[in-house]
Amino acid sequence: MAITAEEVKHVAKLAKLEFTDDELQMFAGQMDDIIKMVQQLGEVDTTDVPVTSTVAEARNVLRDDVAEKGTDRETLMKNVPQSDRGFVKVPAIIDESEAQ
Amino acid sequence: MNFETTIGLEVHVEMKTKSKAFSPAPVQYGQEPNTNTNVIDWGYPGVLPEVNKGALEYGMRAALALNCQIRQDIHFDRKNYFYPDNPKAYQITQAQTPIGHDGWLEIELEDGTVKKIGIEEMHVEEDAGKNTHDPDGYSYVDLNRQGTPLIEIVSKPDIASADEAYAYLKKLRQVIQFTGVSDVKMEEGSMRADVNISVRPIGSDQYGTKTEMKNLNSFEHVRSGLKYEEQRQENVIRAGGNIQQETRRFDVNTGETVLMRVKEGKSDYRYFPEPDLPPIHISDDWIKKVKESIPEMPEERRKRYVNDWGVTEYDADVLTQTMEMSDFFEATVAQGADPKLAANWLMGDVSAYMNDKKLELAEIALTPEHLAGMIALIKDETISSKIAKKVFKQIVANDTDPKAWVEEKGMVQLSDPAVLQPIIDEVLDNNAKSIEDFKNGKDRAVGFLVGNIMKQTRGKANPKVVNQLLMASLKER
Amino acid sequence: MDYFKNDLSSIHAGLLNKDFSSKELTEETFKLIKARDKKVAAFLTLDEENALAAAQKADQKGISAENTLAGIPVGIKDNIVTKGLKTTAASKILGNFEPIYNATVVDKLAAAGMINVGKLNLDEFAMGGSTENSAFQKTKNAWDQTKVPGGSSGGSAAAVASGQLLAALGTDTGGSIRQPAAFNGIVGVKPTYGRVSRYGVIAFGSSLDQVGPLTRTVKDNALVLNAISGHDKHDFTSSEREVPDFTAKLDGDIKGMRIGVPKEFMDEGVASDVREAIQQAIATFEKLGATVDEVSLPYSKYGVPVYYIIASSEASSNLQRYDGIRYGFRADDVKNLEDVYVRSRSEGFGDEVKRRIMLGTFSLSAGTYDAYFKKAAQVRTLICRDFDNVFSDYDLILAPTTTSTAFGIGEEINDPIQMYMNDILTIPVNLAGLPGMSLPAGFSKGLPIGMQLIAPQFAEETMYRAGYAFEQATDFHKEVPTIGGEN
Repeated sequence: MAITAEEVKHVAKLAKLEFTDDELQMFAGQMDDIIKMVQQLGEVDTTDVPVTSTVAEARNVLRDDVAEKGTDRETLMKNVPQSDRGFVKVPAIIDESEAQ
Repeated sequence: MNFETTIGLEVHVEMKTKSKAFSPAPVQYGQEPNTNTNVIDWGYPGVLPEVNKGALEYGMRAALALNCQIRQDIHFDRKNYFYPDNPKAYQITQAQTPIGHDGWLEIELEDGTVKKIGIEEMHVEEDAGKNTHDPDGYSYVDLNRQGTPLIEIVSKPDIASADEAYAYLKKLRQVIQFTGVSDVKMEEGSMRADVNISVRPIGSDQYGTKTEMKNLNSFEHVRSGLKYEEQRQENVIRAGGNIQQETRRFDVNTGETVLMRVKEGKSDYRYFPEPDLPPIHISDDWIKKVKESIPEMPEERRKRYVNDWGVTEYDADVLTQTMEMSDFFEATVAQGADPKLAANWLMGDVSAYMNDKKLELAEIALTPEHLAGMIALIKDETISSKIAKKVFKQIVANDTDPKAWVEEKGMVQLSDPAVLQPIIDEVLDNNAKSIEDFKNGKDRAVGFLVGNIMKQTRGKANPKVVNQLLMASLKER
Repeated sequence: MDYFKNDLSSIHAGLLNKDFSSKELTEETFKLIKARDKKVAAFLTLDEENALAAAQKADQKGISAENTLAGIPVGIKDNIVTKGLKTTAASKILGNFEPIYNATVVDKLAAAGMINVGKLNLDEFAMGGSTENSAFQKTKNAWDQTKVPGGSSGGSAAAVASGQLLAALGTDTGGSIRQPAAFNGIVGVKPTYGRVSRYGVIAFGSSLDQVGPLTRTVKDNALVLNAISGHDKHDFTSSEREVPDFTAKLDGDIKGMRIGVPKEFMDEGVASDVREAIQQAIATFEKLGATVDEVSLPYSKYGVPVYYIIASSEASSNLQRYDGIRYGFRADDVKNLEDVYVRSRSEGFGDEVKRRIMLGTFSLSAGTYDAYFKKAAQVRTLICRDFDNVFSDYDLILAPTTTSTAFGIGEEINDPIQMYMNDILTIPVNLAGLPGMSLPAGFSKGLPIGMQLIAPQFAEETMYRAGYAFEQATDFHKEVPTIGGEN
């Protein structure tokens, strides 16, 4: 087993997902298979090989510091499930630990 | 058991660019909620970030002013965490390649010695929006601040006391302010400090366990919080206890720090390179250009005040503590004011007025033109120093031209002998006893006579001229 | 009018001759859609009213010889945002989402005068290879409705293959245009990374995603790519290179072209019927005057694990914004913030999306980053170098697009690994940011076989030229499916 149900639970917590016990079993099993597949990368020698995090040829793309009027608030609010007086409204935080 | 203290500071400074770090929405404060935002700030499906060149160059400017090395190959990273004020659920930052590293600042300790505080790294990132928690059980999210460019400055563990931390922050604010990249106002949140502190017995080769306090927005709170925390940690260890790795909050009312939460392991922010933004190479030429764009720093201004304008070292130091004061001083001199007089007025009456009214230089009515105008009136003896106090009261609180006001109120000093002589003659005629006293060597009589002349002229007579004329007249009698 | 008997050029000629107006063409298109889509279920949303209004406008404006695409209907994959028109990414979490801006490619198609008729089905957030992961409906293969249309651009491919449209936009992160094009016997192109703007494309794997056209012919494909290519100031990864006219070199002459066939792409992992078709294609190319050699891409076998780590890592971050706060689905009866997050996301995302979010989150975690994400990003470099090596001697790479013809609906959905391995031949192209094309190269048991052409970065012209020459030399593209007797 490359990954345990406990680890799956931990990852789910980070990703803000929850699973029933049955789902957890299924996901743990499938993730285990996937991770085993992925672990074959271990056999590749990558000493001194740089990472590729983009294949864009573009470099040094920058925007000049010019302000443009924002999007109309009414428009932005169209898709908001709950709003009040121009604010986006959301049930309060009970656990502050994620706050920055 | 004696202890030594190690303090680390992570300071966030909001930059005053026109547009946001990764979107063209305006950076502006005090607006209606969610009116300075666009689809990028909201993390709408399909949007992509657009790096602001101005924010990057401001970051370089600050890094150079903090004596940092500039990293020439940089990219942005994503820091992942969920929070309502963080719409993409990741913050774009520079975790792997901070633009500045290995810098330093010099602080002056109380005994006058200078200490170098190392800067580990400095990077550019975006600010989050604002959550307001309401007692109704809901949070209200305003994304106006979302995407405002920030620099984060991380100190090396060189700070050994709360007072040093205080001095470091003051110095940091001063330097950043003079670069022109931020207003660095703690009370408005454009400068915020996260601090961590640990103590260890002197001689121990391992740092103690750190506790941290986040988002402190006053230099005094940083100092008081650190002092309290230093003592608390020492007490815990002396009593045989252990320090827990925890986040504490400084309580302004009690002056104590209180436990917020215990840290369970490290937070897992899953940093990785931002794939939506190609890497950036910073050429030597570009660094040079940015270096040249840095305005004169306090050190250089101080030297100029002393060498060119004859201001004392002490005064020059006080005048360059904030850019507002330094700029005001220079503008006053540029209007023709005598530098020493301008320095005296700014450090004396102007500062006293600001302290009394709890106002900033930008908030008072006084302008460099008016201050220079008043100083000119004093210098050319149009007004006496006594009248000057009245004029100052007027121009510091109102938009009044001092010259026009003095003339309008008839406060112009009487220096013309042709006007003064008849008044002096009249006073002498009416005070034969005083003339006699003077002749008998009673100097007090002169004061009495001058007082009388001043009374006659409603205080407008030029005391110097009065003195000369009076002495001459007395000799003739 | 029948799309099976026309291409973009002939329709353009019809509009130009006033044989029919854009409005008539668009009305006819909706008739075709209503008749044929019953069988394949390609469309998620139709936009008849606006499409007809746009067509009428095109007629009023007049269609000139230069506006080759003006007045002609097109369909758009539902992970590309369309202002005011529901865009779901085939996910419950965006079930009622109404975009408030247009993707750049949507604006570009509109600027070319194309008429958007509606939004096409896909695997949820483009994650999958069968379109079975759509939260809303199962799209069927145009040739056999018991088979999958491929994915994730299954709706786009099925709509074009079944004669409902001549052109549709898809997106390709690991093969999502080319594989469904192969399964449906049409032409699908994934352009060079950076050729087409990603602004307004609901992100899956940001360093891999590209938009591209699905059409029935090579020339049609080039025409549509002409319209959507080019630098976009809203996409910092888009290239500032000049865009050539991709139709300019379609003259059938490929004498002296050097083509490499990677041996790793022709091994026993590829079904024999597919291999045979590709062998015949090689013979065709040789007959046309190209030289074809066996080449090697030794690291391509690691493409699948590299891809699943990188794409899933990027996706795990990209999909965090679906949190039930600013738009999209919010679960009912949520009591606190954690509820809003966890329940909205757990109820809003389907299983495949959750699997990839989990894999991506795991790969980026503090303890696993180096062994997973970083390792994959390093092996990606080796895969890129493989291609560089081959392209130093060859103009083009030729390979099968898929390891087999379309598989049955429901056959592989419960086996993620098998499903992932299906993409083994298309994934390396995305990892290296290269342009790739799939075009019809044969049939087996009534199902189309796709051939893949891969060119160096920004050498789409070479790919189109070779594809066109092959198409002119063969008749595969002339075959059309029988859609329940509708044609």
